[in-house]
Amino acid sequence: MEMAIFALFALLALGSSLVVIAHKSPIYSTLSLVLTLFSVAVLFVLLGAPFIATLQLLIYAGAILVLFLFVIMLLNVGGREEGIPGGHRMQLATAVLGALVFTGMLWLLLRPALGGLPHAPLTEEMVSLTGLAQELFAEYLLPFEIVGLLLLVAVIGATVIARRPTPQELSGGGVAGAATAALPEPSHAAWAHEADRAGGGARPASIPGGSGSGGGRP
Amino acid sequence: MSAELIGTAVKLAVALGILLNVVPVMVWVERRGSALMQDRPGPNRLGPLGLFQALADALKFMFKEDVTPAAVDRPLYLMAPVMGLLPALTTFAVVPFGPDVTVRGHLYSLVIAPAQTGVLLFLALASLGVYSLVMAGYASNNKYSLLGSIRASSQLISYELALTLAVLAVILPVSSFRLADVVDYQVRHGWNVLPQIVGFLVFLVAAFAETNRLPFDLPEAESELVAGFHTEYSAMRFATFFMAEYISMTSLSALGATLYFGGWTLPWFHPSGLIGAVLGLAVLFGKVACFLAFFVWVRWTFPRFRYDQLMRLGWKVLLPLAIANLIAVAALTLGGVL
Repeated sequence: MEMAIFALFALLALGSSLVVIAHKSPIYSTLSLVLTLFSVAVLFVLLGAPFIATLQLLIYAGAILVLFLFVIMLLNVGGREEGIPGGHRMQLATAVLGALVFTGMLWLLLRPALGGLPHAPLTEEMVSLTGLAQELFAEYLLPFEIVGLLLLVAVIGATVIARRPTPQELSGGGVAGAATAALPEPSHAAWAHEADRAGGGARPASIPGGSGSGGGRP
Repeated sequence: MSAELIGTAVKLAVALGILLNVVPVMVWVERRGSALMQDRPGPNRLGPLGLFQALADALKFMFKEDVTPAAVDRPLYLMAPVMGLLPALTTFAVVPFGPDVTVRGHLYSLVIAPAQTGVLLFLALASLGVYSLVMAGYASNNKYSLLGSIRASSQLISYELALTLAVLAVILPVSSFRLADVVDYQVRHGWNVLPQIVGFLVFLVAAFAETNRLPFDLPEAESELVAGFHTEYSAMRFATFFMAEYISMTSLSALGATLYFGGWTLPWFHPSGLIGAVLGLAVLFGKVACFLAFFVWVRWTFPRFRYDQLMRLGWKVLLPLAIANLIAVAALTLGGVL
């Protein structure tokens, strides 16, 4: 019974991950990635780690991939093959890097079996809720907190990049200039134009009839 | 067949029987309830109080012509309604609905999947429900459908956070994800709804958003998006979306009743034995019925939120409230108050 379930979901995981990289439509790729994650979650349950399986479903399938789909649909690339930007050279680099990462992971996995290290299987105790909690919040507390901080920095960075300046910042030239400096690539064309009008006073070719307030700034 | 398998089969049959039959009853309650609130008779011709109207509706859906538009993405279009039904039906598996019973020397616990990660598994499975709406909207090849499913995905992501944090605050003092342990805790300490009132309110509001019920039914807002993500669906496929909506409402109500209102127990009444199992089921579904009635009441009372209001409520009100509640509960638990 267990073997049959393992075989079914291992095959599903393999098949669906092939579809992820082979299918032309990004929507289909993302949806089969959901299937891959679900199958791997079932394998985690079979290995006696239901907590990790549940978190995999909750975080990856339930949240992160929904964001993927959201972005794909919002950018409206559905159904179109995008390919890897940069042509053949980029594809070659990606392939080499991917092969390196895969070999490294394979080596890590096979090292105990090849006799390099003593083989110590994870016990059910170690992957249970309390076991994981003790590992995370006692043994590995500092790395855990550092990862948290890293994610916080990423969130703040994303917010700063995505934020549009408020009207006050646009009219008050000095602040707008600072905001422009903090935003290296204004993605929104209309916004960039407005920022130019307001904060571009330091430039000699500033639009005369602009907001005017920032013009006198040296 | 082992006693274990037979026990699970019986539990599954009971749960599925109830969940699937909630749908026609709820359709009737919704139609009569809205009629009551709008001072009109509502469907009252078929059977006593118009009860058989639900049957007629179901028959109508089954025999209507099923139109599949030519431009749809066929595999996804056909899968989407079923994908909605799956999480709605499976989440109920972790909700306990009665005391442990012994039949012929064999002990059965009245929960279909007594998983260690109980309530987390519920949330994980429930979060997969959004794929149904996203698939339907994308596959329909219609801009209103697509807008509906974009709204659905952002709305569900936003409110899931608040919902999960509110649920975690219940789990903290219990220190177990198993819902049966949550029920036991409430037998000893009284219902959670009083100490966790903030968390309960967050849970309640987020539950409306999670099930796309009216103050938050933006994915299908008919005044702007025709019918949102299910614009292109007809006949039984369309009805399947309805079934999924009502069944996930029922499952979420069962979760709410278990987390905050003692589940299948009452403060002065703690049933046991085989009769107790039936009574426990009745108590749980009595509470679920109150929740469902509340859902209907709210639907016909409040107007729809605007999209920016919905996002502001989720991120700037509910999420901070849920985090504050979690911190307060954690402090009280550490201090030994809860």
